[in-house]
Amino acid sequence: MTLVTNDSVILEEPPFVTRMWRMLLADKFALCAVIFLVFILILAIIGPSWLGDLATKQNLRGRNAAPFDWQRGWVWWMGADALGRPLLARIIVATQNTLMVAAGAVALSAVAGTFLGLIAGFSSPRVNQVIMRLADVIMSFPSLLIAVIVLYILGSSILNLMLVLAITRIPVYLRTTRAEVLEIRERMFVQAARVMGASKNRILFRHILPVVLPTLTTLATLDFAYVMLAESALSFLGIGIQPPEITWGLMISQGRQYLTNAWWLSFWPGLAIILTTMSLNLLSNWLRIALDPVQRWRLEMKGHKNG
Amino acid sequence: MADHLLEVRNLSVEFHTAVGVVKAVRNISYHLDRGETLAILGESGSGKSVSSSAIMNLIDMPPGRISSGEILLDGVDLLTMPAHERRQVNGRRVAMIFQDPLSHLNPVYTVGWQIREALTTHGTAAAKAASEALRLLTRVGIPEPERSLGKYPHEFSGGQRQRVMIAMALALRPDLLIADEPTTALDVTVQAEVLALLEELQQETGMAILIITHDLGVVAEVADRVVVMEKGVLVETGTVREVYKNPQHPYTKKLIAAAPGKGDMHAPAARVEPVLSVHDVRKRYGSFEALKGISFDLMPGETMAVVGESGSGKSTLARILLRLDEPDSGKALWKGRDLFTMSPAELYKLRRDLQMVFQDPTQSLNPRMTVYQLISEAWVIHPDILPKARWRERVAELLMQVGLGPEHMGRYPHQFSGGQRQRIAIARALALEPQLIICDEAVSALDVSVQAQVIALLDKLRKEMSIAFIFIAHDLPVVRDFADHVMVMQKGNVVELGTVRDVFETPRQDYTRALLAAGLDPDPDVQAEHRAARLQRAS
Repeated sequence: MTLVTNDSVILEEPPFVTRMWRMLLADKFALCAVIFLVFILILAIIGPSWLGDLATKQNLRGRNAAPFDWQRGWVWWMGADALGRPLLARIIVATQNTLMVAAGAVALSAVAGTFLGLIAGFSSPRVNQVIMRLADVIMSFPSLLIAVIVLYILGSSILNLMLVLAITRIPVYLRTTRAEVLEIRERMFVQAARVMGASKNRILFRHILPVVLPTLTTLATLDFAYVMLAESALSFLGIGIQPPEITWGLMISQGRQYLTNAWWLSFWPGLAIILTTMSLNLLSNWLRIALDPVQRWRLEMKGHKNG
Repeated sequence: MADHLLEVRNLSVEFHTAVGVVKAVRNISYHLDRGETLAILGESGSGKSVSSSAIMNLIDMPPGRISSGEILLDGVDLLTMPAHERRQVNGRRVAMIFQDPLSHLNPVYTVGWQIREALTTHGTAAAKAASEALRLLTRVGIPEPERSLGKYPHEFSGGQRQRVMIAMALALRPDLLIADEPTTALDVTVQAEVLALLEELQQETGMAILIITHDLGVVAEVADRVVVMEKGVLVETGTVREVYKNPQHPYTKKLIAAAPGKGDMHAPAARVEPVLSVHDVRKRYGSFEALKGISFDLMPGETMAVVGESGSGKSTLARILLRLDEPDSGKALWKGRDLFTMSPAELYKLRRDLQMVFQDPTQSLNPRMTVYQLISEAWVIHPDILPKARWRERVAELLMQVGLGPEHMGRYPHQFSGGQRQRIAIARALALEPQLIICDEAVSALDVSVQAQVIALLDKLRKEMSIAFIFIAHDLPVVRDFADHVMVMQKGNVVELGTVRDVFETPRQDYTRALLAAGLDPDPDVQAEHRAARLQRAS
């Protein structure tokens, strides 16, 4: 018997950056999402220094001014809030705080949760028990209650707010990661790595983590919206971000009492939250496919067809 | 034209996939008469299942498309039939059984309920359906049929589940039974029983059977005529004997030549100091005794085949020798040192000498790593083997050694065929320069011709590098050409241990003889003899 192989032709692969760029072009939704997110990011960086004064200046004659009044300056196009401050300017200025709190909290909780989940899934039953029961404690506590207590003790600042929100969200990542690890560690390629003598760290971070990661990024983008709204709830209770600082969440809760006669107060910041999370979601969806060598062809094929 | 029960004419089916339109079958024609058994023989990707899916209307459209042809059942074209009439044909006139009965039986309903459902959907009264279900289960030979009606699929063994599937398929006395790899997932002895049952039922009801298989032995055992397919094209058709004795097409010739169990048997060298010596290894899971005291010796550069049916403990043995599981008692001396009492540091060193090739390369290779990463991982873990500067060179060398090329280095496992993936897995094992490789069903998931190639590769490596092998298989013919010694296992015991010639030519134990007899020979004449002998023993 000869050792001739009989397989179909395998395509040569272009370098990593070109390939990612091509795959991004192939997915129009993801492309729009990336453009929007870059735009938001720029606003977050330059917003406060650019429009900071305008966004906090009261103008009582323009209270709850209606949107779509094209005669006035562009910052007024979305209307004005209860103290006559232009909503568009306020949204732009609030971007920085909002993103900082949300991204910080999501990143912190995702990293901590994933790490603990990996440990819980891969170490002795005893360690596993301790970690899981801790997670249960956090979950069984109403998260707002923890937040209230912690913020009352520590005093409210952006950093503390980030920490508190992160702690309450850790169990989400922890449980997901642990469940996946328990399944993946029984897979053959993990066994194969063990047979080769791979250390635990290597198996965890080189073999198991890359498989869990796509699920976690999706989870994290969904959590982004949750964290933004949780932050607004805390602000509403008076222990989160306090005026004159602004966040999108805070703007929504400030607009709540005027919902019946001035819907735009809550609507525009709400729209900002929705668009941001949706973009993140589309991006993570694209990322999941683009980084998976088995799924990647879906995007590469689309690219060929579109142009 | 209604003289054939089923006639497939110029059927072409294509699928729209990522890489463009794939023609799954091209212009195939065959026919089948009442009471006849036709086998469609082909390897994976040959399109052998596509035409039967077309008959059962199981092709998803899109992405599938039947681009030409007709399928005539008693002269009526199934493809142009309205949907509601078509549904009446499925189940009532044409029934199907599948490879894996566990995934085709609904786990949340009892077996009795599912058989009754098959009957009542086609208009049988509920009361009659109940008695009919009982009759069917009795007929297919399920023990305690009345109690079994109330059981769930997981409570049956693999062979019994396949019997239940057959009972369901036969519930409405179909004219045509399509069996898609019906015995591939079963042990050899069970396979023989299920095939015998199918033949009996065929004689009783006069139905036609269309059996789809990759196994020449199955063809020789049950089929009257055979259709050989390669890459969507029908390459040869004829009676089983004609095709086997006088194959016309090169592909058929290759397929027949690849059937294992015809080469010379190894004569093992004189026994010297064993490299691995296993003494009385035991393992239990709860109340289940997986290994009941296994002992054997392995010489350097020798191949020990471990053969047994599912549940015989052969894979448990492999896992224990690699310390993936801990034994309850026993010793395994590797060059005089007990494997089971080694410290983690010693174990880490041992990993270099002891490697494993797994059954399914699709699962044993990390899908997110390139071939280069997969193979060089061995040196990341054991950095003293090779300096990093030489990694690329050595990976290329290993790939050449297993019959692949250096250009494959940057690719991912899913871009390869099953046989190629197994070669990558072997290259990975070789990267550590081991002295013993344990192959756990390393060729079972592969096509016959690929199987032969991989075994030839392993044999070559053994000769060139004098690596010892423990080769685990459920199939005796596979190990015949390759092993020096054969160990037959049953329910955690070693029933027979001897040189390959002794075990194959003068088996001492009944179980070994039963295994040998149940194995299907690809030669229809030899198989006919086997069957006659088996019937004689039974009567």
